Amino acid sequence: MVNDQIKIMVVDDSSIIRKIIERGVTDKNYQLVGTASNGLEAIDIFKQTLPDIVTLDITMPEMNGLVVLEHLLAIKADVQVIVISALSDKGTAIEAIKKGAKSFIPKPFTTEQVQKTIEKLAVKVVS
Amino acid sequence: MTNKELKFVVDTTVNFFKETTGMSAECGIPYTKNGSPVMLEYSGIIGISGLRKGSIYFTSNQNLLQEMARRMLDGEEVGCDEFKDLSGEIANTISGNLRKVFGSDFHISVPVIVEGQARDIKLPKDIDAYIIPITWKENKAFLVVGLE
Repeated sequence: MVNDQIKIMVVDDSSIIRKIIERGVTDKNYQLVGTASNGLEAIDIFKQTLPDIVTLDITMPEMNGLVVLEHLLAIKADVQVIVISALSDKGTAIEAIKKGAKSFIPKPFTTEQVQKTIEKLAVKVVS
Repeated sequence: MTNKELKFVVDTTVNFFKETTGMSAECGIPYTKNGSPVMLEYSGIIGISGLRKGSIYFTSNQNLLQEMARRMLDGEEVGCDEFKDLSGEIANTISGNLRKVFGSDFHISVPVIVEGQARDIKLPKDIDAYIIPITWKENKAFLVVGLE
């Protein structure tokens, strides 16, 4: 049933990266409710669609992804955010998790990495 | 840049191609240059701020970007917009990964994309930019690292 689907949103300023991530959310249990290419657009679409899971880039035009993360959590505290970033150092990963992200995937990444991470977080959404 | 830093840049570049396409790139011997930059058809430029200042850019021809995009998107055909997007994403990912060696005060900008030759872009005269030749599936590209 459509209402049982987990709502997913993809945020990245690269259209190719968005396409690669979208390939990881084709499972019938997921519904891609929105994509955004910058931080402000992400917040706008998030408010309209209230997704359960968001993949979020950090280095983007308009607003840094870690600032976007704070806005998303203020709107929906239980949203599961996966930060996917080229800033692949341990410090950035720790900062993202401290700010409330549930997972961190460094770029470059594979579709399979995204799929597995979404699967893990989807369990938390339905429980 | 120290030899250790330069080796990390080369390793990061090789790893990027391997991870994203399944095929490693070969990096030639880096050399230094100042003045007129080497620029091919598409260039993704990242500004660097923080303790290290300067810029990093990836430049390549359309053939390389087209083949990479095909591999990354399972054969999907892409156009000019995606070539620009991919050249920026390559520069962004390699630059971002360099935080591991340059530290957390190594800040990267969003990419600026240049198509063709850019007459108004010059490498800094006071620092030597490192040019790293890249060959991937017989296609040539360059990663240019100019840092104070």
